[in-house]
Amino acid sequence: MALLEIDHLSIHFGNVRAVQDVSFQVEEGIVYSVIGPNGAGKTTLFNLITGVYLPSSGKIRLNGQEIQGQSPYQLAHMGMARTFQNLQVWMNMTALENVMVGAHRHLDTSLLKAIFRLPSLRRSDQALRQQAAELMRFVGLNNYVESDANSMPYGALKRLEIARALAMGPKLLFLDEPAAGLNPKETQQIAELIRSIASMGITVVLVEHDMKLIMDLSDRILVLDYGKRLAEGCGAEIRRNPDVIAAYLGGLARTE
Amino acid sequence: MDKKSTIGLIILAITLFIVPFIAPNSYYMDIAIRMAINGVIVLSLNLLMGYAGQISLGHAGFVGIGAYASAILPTHFGWNPLLSLVVGAVLTGLLALLVARPILRLKGHYLAMATLGLGIIIEYVIRNESGLTGGPDGMSVPPINVLGVDLVRDTQWYWIVAVVLFLNVWGALNLINSPFGRALRGLHGSEIASQVVGINVPRCKTRVFVVSAMVASIMGSLLANYSGFVTPDLTNFNHAIELITMVVVGGMASVFGSVVGAVLLTIVPQLLASFEGWETVIFGLILICFMIFLPRGVVPTLAARLRLGS
Repeated sequence: MALLEIDHLSIHFGNVRAVQDVSFQVEEGIVYSVIGPNGAGKTTLFNLITGVYLPSSGKIRLNGQEIQGQSPYQLAHMGMARTFQNLQVWMNMTALENVMVGAHRHLDTSLLKAIFRLPSLRRSDQALRQQAAELMRFVGLNNYVESDANSMPYGALKRLEIARALAMGPKLLFLDEPAAGLNPKETQQIAELIRSIASMGITVVLVEHDMKLIMDLSDRILVLDYGKRLAEGCGAEIRRNPDVIAAYLGGLARTE
Repeated sequence: MDKKSTIGLIILAITLFIVPFIAPNSYYMDIAIRMAINGVIVLSLNLLMGYAGQISLGHAGFVGIGAYASAILPTHFGWNPLLSLVVGAVLTGLLALLVARPILRLKGHYLAMATLGLGIIIEYVIRNESGLTGGPDGMSVPPINVLGVDLVRDTQWYWIVAVVLFLNVWGALNLINSPFGRALRGLHGSEIASQVVGINVPRCKTRVFVVSAMVASIMGSLLANYSGFVTPDLTNFNHAIELITMVVVGGMASVFGSVVGAVLLTIVPQLLASFEGWETVIFGLILICFMIFLPRGVVPTLAARLRLGS
């Protein structure tokens, strides 16, 4: 059984069919990528799977259990984590605190313990702080452990979101354009980071535009076009697929 | 707790300790007591507004429920004043719990309107149930009695509210640096990010709303018992705005800012009383200047400047 099964998933906003009848499966432990031209419905598909949007029809299964209609917060407790294409960092906190809140589902949020700062909470908070700092070092944010989030550059914030998602201890990690806006060197570093996340046994689902990154990292690739599934397969299959070539080159030819 | 907070707590403790020795007469003691009570109310509102990012224009209503519980229950039903304070807080908590889900789904201006409506309803009920509340004229509150001693002297009251203020500041500092407190701040920063890391956003908002309302109610009870008289003005729109102004002037999302805001806006109208008729105008000008020169509130702006200077 696949970790994640998407079964004839559709959503429409009024007359716009943003995702139409898309099906695919993500096996545990792989890097699965979703690509396609702008407006193909990649982020919408992410938002459907992670519970931000409610599908118009179709099913989503995690470990065989149907999860469509569950809220993002319930899905988080099932081990689903994600980052955002347009950053959603808590700018009113320090970088370290951002990562600490990432572990929320494992924490004791008792109000009385918090107000009186009982010794048990003091100890667990201290341990949490250390774990968060370790995660920041893992994603390469060694220099920002003491920083406020709002003083960090864009590339660092992208990593911070990944550290926060890892703090959740996820089984399944959705990365929405982790390399967008990064220079080639930073992109290379993000690729290495994603590879080491995958080697920890976390299943990664990736939306990206950077073809080199996709081809280097992905075990399987899904190509969307106009909200529909155009092709699915490993990197070599996708590269040879005439429909994919037509969608990409054809699109290019039309704009020129 | 970090070093800055510890230093702040020590300064607060020293200040609270020396005030009764330097206050020249009971007029100043009265102002000091009102500052401390306002300080705690503003702190509770700041938790909701500054930290969790949920505006409430109905907070004066919660203060009013506490105040009137402490006035009505002992006067009409002969209840113990301390028990009345607790019952008032529980009733306020239940009301907050009841309205939290539908109201806190709203955002920004819509949330402001809904909480304003709540405040207006509370004021309307208090103003019109004159059989119980004395209507627009208000009613007197019997003195609170602790261990056989009637609390009537201002020094007694000062030490009570000083300890209450100190404990609330300490508890608030602890709270915001706890898993729950950080989740609250997350709501303000990005609600969608909060959801995807597994924060139950409606529940989190409800909890802070209820806690905030109950603290406001308890302080309303203390205020009623201290002043010996309550009027519906305690619950009106002006008072709600005054509390919000204290939060903003002192500093959103600043525990010590809440205290400073309450102190400043309690004392300034008193200092301006000699301007006969012009005090409101001058008060308004002072507020405008605060917002121009200390836009993030007194404490956060000055703290940021100190950090740059050092």
